[in-house]
Amino acid sequence: MIANQKSILELQQHTGVNVNRCYQCGKCSAGCQLADEMDFPPSMVMHMLQTRDEELFQQLLNSKTIWLCVSCQNCIERCPMSIDIPQIMDYLREKSAGEHKINHQSRDIVAFHRAFLDSIKYTGRLYEIGLIAGYKTRTFHLTQDVKLAPKMYAKGKLPLVPEMIKGTRNIKGIFSRTKH
Amino acid sequence: MKKLGFYPGCSLKGSSSEYAQSVLAVAKAFDLELTEINDWNCCGATAAHNMNKELALSLSARILALAEKQGMTEVVVPCAACYNRLTVTQHELNKDEALKQRVSDIIEMPISGNLQILNVMQLIDKYVADRLEEKVTTPFGHKVACYYGCLLVRPHNILQFDRLEDPQSMDILMKRSGAEPIAWGFKTECCGAGFSVSRTDVVAKLSGNIVKDAADRGAEAIIVACPMCQSNLDMRRPQINEYLKQKIDIPVLYITQAIGLAVGLSPKEVGLQKHFVPVEFSEQH
Repeated sequence: MIANQKSILELQQHTGVNVNRCYQCGKCSAGCQLADEMDFPPSMVMHMLQTRDEELFQQLLNSKTIWLCVSCQNCIERCPMSIDIPQIMDYLREKSAGEHKINHQSRDIVAFHRAFLDSIKYTGRLYEIGLIAGYKTRTFHLTQDVKLAPKMYAKGKLPLVPEMIKGTRNIKGIFSRTKH
Repeated sequence: MKKLGFYPGCSLKGSSSEYAQSVLAVAKAFDLELTEINDWNCCGATAAHNMNKELALSLSARILALAEKQGMTEVVVPCAACYNRLTVTQHELNKDEALKQRVSDIIEMPISGNLQILNVMQLIDKYVADRLEEKVTTPFGHKVACYYGCLLVRPHNILQFDRLEDPQSMDILMKRSGAEPIAWGFKTECCGAGFSVSRTDVVAKLSGNIVKDAADRGAEAIIVACPMCQSNLDMRRPQINEYLKQKIDIPVLYITQAIGLAVGLSPKEVGLQKHFVPVEFSEQH
């Protein structure tokens, strides 16, 4: 075990969460709808953080868990200590992406997020056709949902032309000023 | 005529256009004028706060700042995800002056942080509820499962949405529109949300459990107030039925569609033809 206070101190600074407050009751994992898909359920994430073991911290950055968390917030609501686990997940995701430690099996999920953000970066609003095109080129899932799109179009749920806002320069500025 | 600000968000301009249509139609029926925030942008949704917290706050803050600049004091936000992001952002900025200043610099606009942000239930409660019963001409006479999902109700300390595990506000409004809300177990469980494309299997399972419980308890329709919930339960029904290994065909309506029908709007005026699971009831009224 390689003890490392630094990672946990940083996490604490950014999220305002004191990981020591968790007493491992397991309610978060019991209520988590994605827990059975995860490599580490939420209560185990808390325990791994409590150990201060750098190796375990790195395992979290490389985990499926952080990308499978759908931010439904059930865990924090049912936590007797009101520990903000969703904030921790956001923090770990951002750090994982920043340090290029994204779990291989979670690449589709991240590809979707990136395609989503790319779409709003250029037009200011989400362009659903652009989102799907961007997702497909990132993942090569070229044939997924090919039957759905024409049906959506027929029902007037899929505008062909993106909505461009006037303040696209402002939006691009926001993206570049928040880039790290 | 009461005038209010309106933030439709991206889904309501595309895949959930019938939600926008029904919100505007119901507002009109009750003499409310909704004015879109000029030049609004996407709130960043799940993608932004998953990848970059500062970006997420800034995208939502730009919307709040624009609404303030355009003289709005109350903004109606029908999409539960947008409503959640805007409300949480305003809360986070208000509790941390330094953060508010930093975000204000990023978006190059001042933010005062005193907007009233209303979801659809709050809009109806505040401006429509006392006139609702007298306006009902065609009671929505069906058993309904009111499905609230995650983003309207959590986090509770910020959103303050009635009861956390067993919310009632949608049930009450549906009852007043002539429906019979049922007691069921999945009111605030997650539908799989933004995994609709990247993990359709997860959505089929999570949404499948919701649809099945509603059907098992005799619901004739599921009522929602979130575009993600609606599209997962409706558009992903083939995958849901495949997961459940049974065919469940109860429709999923936005609360504004159900109320719209009850106050005499036509199915077309509230956009029912845009659903994938046809809105049909065995004993038609």
